[in-house]
Amino acid sequence: MNTVPVTTAPALAVEHLAKGFGAVTALRDVNLRLEKGEVLALVGDNGAGKSTLLKILCGFHRPDTGRILLDGEEVVLKSVDHARSLGIDAVYQDLALVNELTVYHNMFLNRERVGRTRLLHNRTMRRIAQEHLDEMGVNIPSVDVEVAKLSGGQRQAIAVARSVYSEARILLLDEPLAAMGAKEGALILDLVGDLKARGEVSIIIIAHNYAQVFEVCDRVNLLQHGEITFDKRTAETSVGELTDLVVEEYRRSRAT
Amino acid sequence: MSETTARDTIGGDLPGPGSPPQRQPGRLRLAFDAFVVRREATIFIVAVGLLLYFWANNEDFLSHNNLVNLSQQTAPYAIIATGVVLLLVCGEIDLSVGSVFVLAPFLMHYMVDFYGVYPIVAIIGSVLAGAAIGLANGLIVVVLRVPSFVATLGMLFLVLGIMLTTSHAYPAAIPEAAEGLAGWFGQADWSELIWCLIIVAFFHIVLTRSRWGLHTVATGGNPLGASEAGIRTGRIKIGNFMVTSSLGAFAGILEAFRVNSIDPSAAGADGAAPMLVAVSAAVIGGTALAGGSGTVVGALLGALVLAELRNGFNLIGISANPFNIILGLAIIISMVLNVHLTRLRRAGRR
Ligand SMILES: Nc1ncnc2c1ncn2[C@@H]1O[C@H](COP(=O)(O)OP(=O)(O)OP(=O)(O)O)[C@@H](O)[C@H]1O
Ligand SMILES: [Mg+2]
Repeated sequence: MNTVPVTTAPALAVEHLAKGFGAVTALRDVNLRLEKGEVLALVGDNGAGKSTLLKILCGFHRPDTGRILLDGEEVVLKSVDHARSLGIDAVYQDLALVNELTVYHNMFLNRERVGRTRLLHNRTMRRIAQEHLDEMGVNIPSVDVEVAKLSGGQRQAIAVARSVYSEARILLLDEPLAAMGAKEGALILDLVGDLKARGEVSIIIIAHNYAQVFEVCDRVNLLQHGEITFDKRTAETSVGELTDLVVEEYRRSRAT
Repeated sequence: MSETTARDTIGGDLPGPGSPPQRQPGRLRLAFDAFVVRREATIFIVAVGLLLYFWANNEDFLSHNNLVNLSQQTAPYAIIATGVVLLLVCGEIDLSVGSVFVLAPFLMHYMVDFYGVYPIVAIIGSVLAGAAIGLANGLIVVVLRVPSFVATLGMLFLVLGIMLTTSHAYPAAIPEAAEGLAGWFGQADWSELIWCLIIVAFFHIVLTRSRWGLHTVATGGNPLGASEAGIRTGRIKIGNFMVTSSLGAFAGILEAFRVNSIDPSAAGADGAAPMLVAVSAAVIGGTALAGGSGTVVGALLGALVLAELRNGFNLIGISANPFNIILGLAIIISMVLNVHLTRLRRAGRR
């Protein structure tokens, strides 16, 4: 069971990961594998620890115990920058956008382009941001507006665009569809589908709406009480089974 | 829903209900918006208006001598306000900068007169000592998580006490060895103004055109989001504390050379006066205390407006007493404008 597997090492593997915040145990013992080019859906109740897991994998939180392996090799993620340099990028549940900054500055936040004088290359950043948003089909009045002026869905689209175009090998998306209308959500999912078709990116999507992500993902993991309790290929399960599992668990906890 | 709009797009139309129409604004409207939105523009008009008003009442207001006075009443506070703006933008405040302002020239005096340090080295050393005090402020706030209001309130009295104890609260003369430098560092007519303009220009570029400035805005605007994006917000804050204290020290040295004496009461009895003027200048210049926005040029104009009021009242023979009434009103009105304009600008949201 513990031996590193067969043919190729997974893009990302997590072994016995635990994390607490003071008295709260967010993650107890998480084991998870993300194969190369795979899209993995991570589901679970509110407060199950999904975002905490994601924030560990992108270098924001340090785990208490446990190992993270990239391509089969153990890594210790020292910071968000460090994780980025290893090709891991995340869309946070809270989006991590700065209201006071323009759309294009947000898209390059902490990855700003600077010239030889160390001054910001605003023209370049504005152009690239515009290109990426056009390509993605995001409709905003201008990349020059402050993010504060955008709607919830538009803000989410900016955050997703920022990560998708970061050229990461591993993308972690925390409820990227939460604020999206049906059509816009479909667009994001198409985008994920495109990335998958190219086969260069491995993706973890955290989602509450199983039905929505089921189409694009290869595998589903259920996180409950700080552990992965369910791991099946999408083809071998269904939205119904997952819902039943979660609800049944809930009934049982009510009964005792 | 027509097929042609917003097809294959995310987001769709922008403004929520009740927001001003944003479709196809005329060029005039755009120019007006840009002007109103730039807080520097409003305060610039006020500064020019006051200039004309006082000039109309007394021609001497724009005489050479009085212009020098005005520049000297503006420059030191504008220099301090520059640092204050950086700190306010990243969501912190420094109450201690006034006592650093009084301590620095004493440090220079001790180094030159007691330890035989070269004057120029002593000046640099005093500014570095200021930076060290800023570092202490920053570490207390960032590492020990004491709110900056409290941390720097403590530092205000601590530094003031050190200055009073070491100087026995007696004024000192500018060290003889340093007199050759006096003209460069504040005594010559325009020296303070030139330093001020260089410093303001430099930090204006830092705040608006560098990564440091962008990260300062991000840190104040969304501290959690900024750190999630990998910005080292603690480092940004500590750096800005260091800049503020260094600028406070430098302004103190310039003022000591200008008045040709090192005075333990240069910052008032409680060491707070220069800080209060600088924060006023920053606020009048359009910097919000909530973090995330502010302008260095605005703070310079704010300091100029304060100097004009003080100087102009004096010149046209109105007692200095109503000055505080005007100052108080100016601060409150500026803040109301800030809040109101910010809301106008954000009208597209929620
Ligand atoms: N920074 C923090 N400090 C203290 N407790 C935290 C922190 N972050 C998360 N927690 C706690 O850890 C647990 C898991 O939180 P987490 O945000 O990972 O849940 P989640 O699965 O993402 O939930 P949701 O579906 O609501 O987003 C919760 O009990 C939460 O209160
Ligand atoms: Mg979450």
